[in-house]
Amino acid sequence: MTDLNKVMVEKYRNDFLKEVEANVEEGNWVKMCMQCGVCSGSCPLGPHWEHPPQEIFMMIRAGKRDEVLRSESMWMCTSCYNCIVRCPRELPITHIMHGLANYAHRLGIAPKLNPTRRFAKMFWNNITAGGRVNELKLSVGLYFMDGFASGIKKGLEMLPVGLGMLKTGRLNPFGLFSGGHCKGAGDIRKMIKKAKEIEDKRKGFAA
Amino acid sequence: MTDVVATNETILVVGGGISGMTAALEAAECGKDVVLLEKSPSLGGRVSQLYKYFPKLCHPTCGMEINLKRIKANKRIRVLTLAEVSAITGKPGDYTATIRISPRYVNEHCTACGACAEAVAAEFDNEFNYGMGKRKGAYLSSAMAYPQRYVIDPRILGTPDAEKAKSACKYNAVDLGMKEETVNLKVGAVVWATGWKPYDANKIQPYGYDRYKNVITSVEFERLMDPFGPTGGKLVRPSDGKEAKNVAFIQCAGSRDRNHLKHCSRICCMASLKQSTYVREKYADDANVSIYYIDIRAIDRFEDFYKRIQADPKVKFIKSKVANITEDKATGNPILHGVDTEGYHRYDNPHDLVVLAIGMEPSVDASRIMPGVKADASGFIDINATTEAVFGAGCASNALDVNRSVQNATAAALRAIQVVNRVSRAEA
Repeated sequence: MTDLNKVMVEKYRNDFLKEVEANVEEGNWVKMCMQCGVCSGSCPLGPHWEHPPQEIFMMIRAGKRDEVLRSESMWMCTSCYNCIVRCPRELPITHIMHGLANYAHRLGIAPKLNPTRRFAKMFWNNITAGGRVNELKLSVGLYFMDGFASGIKKGLEMLPVGLGMLKTGRLNPFGLFSGGHCKGAGDIRKMIKKAKEIEDKRKGFAA
Repeated sequence: MTDVVATNETILVVGGGISGMTAALEAAECGKDVVLLEKSPSLGGRVSQLYKYFPKLCHPTCGMEINLKRIKANKRIRVLTLAEVSAITGKPGDYTATIRISPRYVNEHCTACGACAEAVAAEFDNEFNYGMGKRKGAYLSSAMAYPQRYVIDPRILGTPDAEKAKSACKYNAVDLGMKEETVNLKVGAVVWATGWKPYDANKIQPYGYDRYKNVITSVEFERLMDPFGPTGGKLVRPSDGKEAKNVAFIQCAGSRDRNHLKHCSRICCMASLKQSTYVREKYADDANVSIYYIDIRAIDRFEDFYKRIQADPKVKFIKSKVANITEDKATGNPILHGVDTEGYHRYDNPHDLVVLAIGMEPSVDASRIMPGVKADASGFIDINATTEAVFGAGCASNALDVNRSVQNATAAALRAIQVVNRVSRAEA
C-alpha cells in the first residue's frame, strides 16, 4: 500500500461512495444509478469485463473498495460512449470509468501489468514531453511494450503499413531521433505541472 | 350543430374519452349545462380500444355502455364530434371558446345500415387499430361508436367513391356538400380532458420498432385480442402470422428515461401484467411470458394482482432494462440482449413477439392551451401553476390509469361546478 492509499483508507473508512464522489471525476453521479443494466448490455466489450459498469456502481455503494480499485474492468473502456447515449439517467458512465481508473492509478493500486494502463502512461509521457504526439515513438514504444522479441515481431508485421505511410509522406523516419516538439514545449510542461499541483491540492493528494 | 346554446354558466368539456365523459356526466347530473367536444367521429377514446381493464379483467365495453346510456339520457349534455378547440379567450366565468367542427358528410338520417361502406372501394389504415388493418372510406369507427353514425373520409371526396356512397344511401343521409364550421361558445369553465398518446416507439432506436415487424407496442397488442380487431382476436405476430406463444414485454419503453419521457407512465407495469394473462388465455400451458423490468410499480391494491401473476410459473420476471434488440433473419424472432441485475448474467433471448410497454405522453402540450394554463416538465397540466378556470382531467393532467382518471375527472368537474356556481350567484 502506498502512503496516499493509506491516507484515503483512513479518511473515508467505511464510505467508499463518499470517497468516489470526492476524488473521482464525475463520481458524484454514481448514486444516481438505478441499476437498470442498459450500460452493461450496451457495452461492445461487455462480455470481457469482469464487472460491468452497472455492477461497479453497485460495488461502490456496497463499499467494495479494493475489489473496485484493483479491478481491471474500468480499464476495458474504449470510450465508444454507447452507455452514455443510452443511460436513462444520463450518467456520464465513460467519464466515470476513466475517473476510477485514473484514481486507482494515482493511489498506486491499479493493476501494474494492465496493458491499457501501460499504454496510457506511455501516451501521457509522449504527449507531455513535446506538446504533441510523436507517433513513431509512440507506436514503436507500443510494439516493444512486452519485450524486445515480441517488439521485433510486431514491427515486422506492421512493416508494409509503415512503408506505405513512408511513401505517401505520412511518416517521418527521423521522428525517432528528433524531438518533434511543438514551439514552447517547455511552457506546456510548466502549465501541466502547475495544473497537477492545483488538482493535488484540491483533492488532498498533496503529501 | 350551430344551434348549441351556451352561456357563461355552461361547462365546456374538451375530449370525449373516459375522463371527458365522466366529467361531463358528473357536471350534468349535478344540473349544469355541458358541451362535450370530441375531435374524432366517436366518443370513447382509448378505453374503447382496450380488450380488458385491470385489475378485474372485465371488458371496457360494459363500462362504456353504461356511460353512453347516461349521456343519452341526459338532456344537459350536448355532444359535438369532429370538433376541436382552436382558441379560448376571456377570464374565469366568462370565456369564449372558438370551436372548429369538421364535416362528417353524413347527417342525422343515418341508421348505420352500412350500405355506404359496402359501396365504397377505397380503403385506408384503420386508426382504431393503430394503423393495423384497413377500413373503408365510409366507415363507423367501431361497433360501439357513439353517435352511431357513419363518416365519409374526406380523402374520397371528388372521387367516384363519394358518389357511390351517396347513391347507396336509402335514407338520404350522405351530404357531400357539408362544410367546415367555426362556432364561438360562451362558457364559464373548461374541463380539459384531451388524454394521452403512446410515445413514438420509433424514437427508441435500440429496440428497432421501425425495423422489426415482430416488435409491437402494448396498445397494438391490445388490439390483437379484440374479436373485431385486425387479426380477428387471434394472438399472432405481424411478420408471418405465426402464433405468438413466447412473448416478451419490455417495461419503461420510453418512460423514466431522460432521453425520452422523464416521468413514470404508471400504467405500463399493470398493463403488461394484465397482458401476460392474454397470452395464457390463448395458449394455456404452451404460453411463455417474459417481463423485462427495472422495478415493477404495481401501486397499492394492485400488489395482489402482481403477486398472482408472479405465482404463475409460465411468467418469468427478468430484472433488466433490455439494451437492444436484433432479429434472427431465418426465424423472424427478435433477440433481446442485455445484462440482468440479479447476478449480472448476460443474455441473448429469442422470442416470438416483443411488446414494448410504451410510455404515455399528453395528446396536447398543456402550454399550448391558453396563456394562463401551465404545463409541467412533461407537458401535463400543472394544476397548481394554472391561473385559469381550465381544469385538467384524466391523462391531460397526469399519467393515470382508468380508475384514477375517473376520480380525477370527477374532481375536475367539481372544480368547474364551483366556478359556474360563483357566476350564477353573482348574476342572481
